[in-house]
Amino acid sequence: MATVPSTKVQVGLTGNSAVALAMKQIDPDVCPAYPITPSTGVMEEFSSYVADGKVTTELITAESEHSAMSACIGASAAGVRVMTATSSQGLALMHEMLYIASGLRLPMVMAVVNRALSAPINIHCDHSDSMASRDAGWIQIYSETVQEAYDNLFQAVRISEHSKVLTPAMVCLDGFITSHAVEGLTLLDDSEVKQFIGEFKPPHPLLDVEKPVTLGAMTLPDTYIEFKHDQSLAIARAKDVVAEVGEEFDRLTGRVYGLFEEYMLDGADVVIVVMSSAAGTTKVAVDELRKKGKRAGLLRPRLFRPFPYKEIAEALKGAKAVCVLDRVDSMSGFGGPLFNEVRSALYDLEKGPRTIGRIFGLGGRDYKVEDALGVFEELFKIADGGKVESVVEYLAY
Amino acid sequence: MGKRKEMPLGGVILEAGSAETYSTGGWRKLKPVLDKDKCTNCLICWVMCPDSAIIVEDGKMVGFDMEHCKGCGICATECPDKIKAIKMVEEEAA
Repeated sequence: MATVPSTKVQVGLTGNSAVALAMKQIDPDVCPAYPITPSTGVMEEFSSYVADGKVTTELITAESEHSAMSACIGASAAGVRVMTATSSQGLALMHEMLYIASGLRLPMVMAVVNRALSAPINIHCDHSDSMASRDAGWIQIYSETVQEAYDNLFQAVRISEHSKVLTPAMVCLDGFITSHAVEGLTLLDDSEVKQFIGEFKPPHPLLDVEKPVTLGAMTLPDTYIEFKHDQSLAIARAKDVVAEVGEEFDRLTGRVYGLFEEYMLDGADVVIVVMSSAAGTTKVAVDELRKKGKRAGLLRPRLFRPFPYKEIAEALKGAKAVCVLDRVDSMSGFGGPLFNEVRSALYDLEKGPRTIGRIFGLGGRDYKVEDALGVFEELFKIADGGKVESVVEYLAY
Repeated sequence: MGKRKEMPLGGVILEAGSAETYSTGGWRKLKPVLDKDKCTNCLICWVMCPDSAIIVEDGKMVGFDMEHCKGCGICATECPDKIKAIKMVEEEAA
């Protein structure tokens, strides 16, 4: 386990170590967990913090991820701050319970270390796991770097527990690429974290014996749709809260986080839209092209749920050609989920860019600078009036 | 979308015992009938009834709350074999 100094300094940590450290600093009341590659390191290190008395957290070692998420739900309903972490099959096994957490409007934060789903079995990165949960009513924030994964966890606590939101949140980072790579990052002081996240004030804690409540009651056709509509409006409100909390975090740390990152987007004719670590690779390609005077840019969505479609359409309206890269396949849908969202967002523009979608990087297949350059080359041809050979397909690998 | 009813957060029920206001008696197909001469007032039916629809007065089983009895028949099944004081009969035939 990495030794982490207690003062605010620049350190080198893996994504998993940084997530575990953020959890230590947040010191959640309850952490039900079941380990799975590549997120195992998070719980391995966090359980050391528990064993060493560095946190006051009640660590519950559940017998499966389904049970871990069930325990998260029980603890959050009881009225305490809850965190956990998982990946891939673990998230898939939680699937049923994800809807219970969000439908009961229970705040909690879960680190999702993105990994492919079986079969064939594979432990490496793609977004099949969290994308399969995209309609579960959870806020989803995707992190490009170790620093961002660390920073996103503190912000996610605030967003999830916000009185206008009260919705669980996933903080996603790329398996192995980010979870196991050592990157430099700047830490927050424990006191800064405590002050930033504040105290969790549950609206209807189950353990308040003075005000007994029932959770999880049956609703029939005369009320169910009202509850789901309320839930939908609440997660939509998270968009403004993400922006507000991001600004506050910026004032504290100087690190700027919005709904999405715009990289060399001003005056860009061609744009790649991609999430998480692949954005870093794409930035190198953008820099190379800009050096040659070619107007390439990148838009990296950070917030996928709620999806900031108006803002993204506004940011892309000046482009001539856009390629949306999905690290997941919808298996015969019209492109991947990010492509669906972005292209749909652009549809109402009077003169929007021509937009294509490419599936890439499944099961941890490398996405290299030359891959990004290849996409830009195709986009430049389309921007110059060239024919779109195929709207959606797999990126050459 | 017009103005609609305000709903409690996440379907939470803030008022204790509110299930009593919801009538489940209309779901019934079979209804329980008590033979008072056979009944020994062991109250196993009262313990087992999922809808708290067994009416007990002064420690004695006196009948059924038909507003809430769903006609599941658990009372008739659980009534001891040697006693069998509760029978389930068709609503129409009753």
